[in-house]
Amino acid sequence: MNGEFRTCPDTGFKIHLPADRLIKWNAVTSVVFLLVGGLFGLGVALTRWPEVHLLPAEWFYLALTAHGLDALLVWIIFFEIALLYFASAVLLNSRLAGPKFAWLGYWLMLIGAAITNVAVLRGDSSVMFTSYVPMKAAPDFYLGIILFAVGALIGCFVFFATLYVAKKERTYEGSVPLVTFGALTAAIIAVFTIGAGAVILVPTLFWSMDYIASIDSVMYKVIWWGMGHSSQQINVAAHISCWYAIAAILFGAKPLSEKVSRTAFFLYILFLQLASAHHLLVEPGLSSEYKIFNTSYALYLAVLGSMIHGLTVPGAVEAAQRKKGFNKGLFEWLAKAPWGNPVFSGFAISVVSFGFLGGISGVMMGTEQLNLITHNTMYVPGHFHATVVTGTTLAFMALAYWLVPTLWQKELVLPGLAKWQPYLFGIGMSLAALFQMGAGTLGAPRRHWDMTFADATLGFDFPAGVYLMMGLNGVAAVIGSLGAAIFILNMVGTLLFGKPKVPAPAAPAPEEPVAAGPVSSYGSAGTMAVPGTFVLAMIFLTAFVLYYFVNWNYLASVWGLS
Amino acid sequence: MAIFPPAERVWWKEPVERSEVIWVTLALVWALIMFFMMPYWHFAGEQNLSNEAYKITPDAYAEKVEAEVEKYTVREEGDTGIPVVRPPAGGDAYQLGRLWEWYPIIELVKGQSYRFHLSSLDWQHGWSLLPENINIQVHPGYEMVFTVTPNRVGEYAVVCNEFCGIGHHTMVGKIYVVEK
Repeated sequence: MNGEFRTCPDTGFKIHLPADRLIKWNAVTSVVFLLVGGLFGLGVALTRWPEVHLLPAEWFYLALTAHGLDALLVWIIFFEIALLYFASAVLLNSRLAGPKFAWLGYWLMLIGAAITNVAVLRGDSSVMFTSYVPMKAAPDFYLGIILFAVGALIGCFVFFATLYVAKKERTYEGSVPLVTFGALTAAIIAVFTIGAGAVILVPTLFWSMDYIASIDSVMYKVIWWGMGHSSQQINVAAHISCWYAIAAILFGAKPLSEKVSRTAFFLYILFLQLASAHHLLVEPGLSSEYKIFNTSYALYLAVLGSMIHGLTVPGAVEAAQRKKGFNKGLFEWLAKAPWGNPVFSGFAISVVSFGFLGGISGVMMGTEQLNLITHNTMYVPGHFHATVVTGTTLAFMALAYWLVPTLWQKELVLPGLAKWQPYLFGIGMSLAALFQMGAGTLGAPRRHWDMTFADATLGFDFPAGVYLMMGLNGVAAVIGSLGAAIFILNMVGTLLFGKPKVPAPAAPAPEEPVAAGPVSSYGSAGTMAVPGTFVLAMIFLTAFVLYYFVNWNYLASVWGLS
Repeated sequence: MAIFPPAERVWWKEPVERSEVIWVTLALVWALIMFFMMPYWHFAGEQNLSNEAYKITPDAYAEKVEAEVEKYTVREEGDTGIPVVRPPAGGDAYQLGRLWEWYPIIELVKGQSYRFHLSSLDWQHGWSLLPENINIQVHPGYEMVFTVTPNRVGEYAVVCNEFCGIGHHTMVGKIYVVEK
């Protein structure tokens, strides 16, 4: 039961072998679903590229449903389960509590994901990922998601139990590492998320089987988004933990202040899982007071948390780099960073794109009145491709470039292509997000097969700019897909055929082994000043303020509504 | 390092670096500004969605729309047979969404205010007024009422931007705004 341990030669972590296997299988499964979800996504992008218009209407709506399900839910949650086991068992040098339960969770997730995918592929459940009632899917569509969620919940409890075991067996001293703390934040939000999902999906399952007569469509959305939006907050907490982990692994960076970073995570637990109202701002039957409080996470305190991480993550890197002597000017620390290492380039693009594209657009369109000019337009997928794809997915990819060669001691099969992969994927998908937002600003609808309205009685001519941007979105998505394909090939190829490692190839900073002592100590006395990061943060804030008020100005020009 | 336990066991008593304090303060101020923009716009702005909504059955709402069509139809749209109604300025205008049309076509007078009613007879629909880009979600069973004041003359399209089945992309309606 206690299993055996091995010691990682690069990091010195004591790794519990059952945990090792679980991390590996969850990660590999996640990558397979990234492939499936990515292919459906490519089909969607190529159909919305006006000159290509690839899929027929039925297939388009089917592919869009499957894309949301596999890319947003299945790939990410499987990877997050791997991350939870890593952040508990590996980082705390502990045994994983109840590997059998962890396997049960794994199989429930896999079977659930398969059931729902089959339901969608059958063609009778093209209800989109959100499955808004009263549009009805086949019962197994909901059943699969419920099984998947139960499996994920078991994974969360295995994580909590492992924290308990590690504490009790004194496998570490003092408090848990910041990365584990961030993972704990993600797991707590996950429990809330899955709870909300059960509250709405179980009755919806019974409704689809005709045991329940009707489900209120507004109430469905309020609770469904308690799951749908909160699950994105799991991602935020998880990928920010990845950011801190990567800064530590590559640079030996430590947080500028444990207190500030942990408080920022704590703000997430308190406020981030509000926000189901983001999706209900132009809906009947809800009061403005509720909308304003909920959509702003109570005074934007969760946004505050993210803005803090936005400073402390690059700040930790800057402090570490300056300690090593990269002290010239404001940005030598950044210029001399290992841009050819996919762990770093993926991390850097993820931080920038998540903040500038995903963060700013999210707060803008989550503003009660500004939502009027963005709701259900292409702006919405633009926003969440910046958060979930270039933010979360890219951060996970970056960490995988370290996990696979270092933790599992394998040579990457395509090290040369790996260098380019984060740029292809990160820049391609950032551009896709940007073009989607641009088309949305001009009113292009999301989830729509034909913007030319060729078969419609009445029509509307979108301006040429919309067609241009949807075309460019297609090009950018193809570039991004190429990047995703290289990642998948590299990961699966390495795990199957990768040679055992000699020294680290695509992995950490050569000048400083990971297990070496921290390069800065706590508090103002021992911490380097981080002027470069502060300047970057001020640029971010300026862009944020300007863009926010530009949109109020846009709103002020449309028809009066009251 | 973030992957190891904090080196200082009493990490919560460590002083915080100055640039972090400044940034947290700035970010908090900005968060509060953004928060108060929303209530402020309710007083100072002219684009606020009302919260007025009523529970209604699809049949009852369809009757209201039919009554409007009966009373205020001024012409038909080309050879489509779709009625164009011109509700009295300052009065009520009704439009419904159903698979797959927005019905009827409505003609409004620029600068006049109307109590605009929206509901769906079947699934959820997305009322997207173009090229204005005003977007409102329409639910079955809920009659939403808001005051609208068009500020530009023109021919506007209403596109559905909530997925509503296989004919979703053909669901287009119209609103005319005329000078008197």
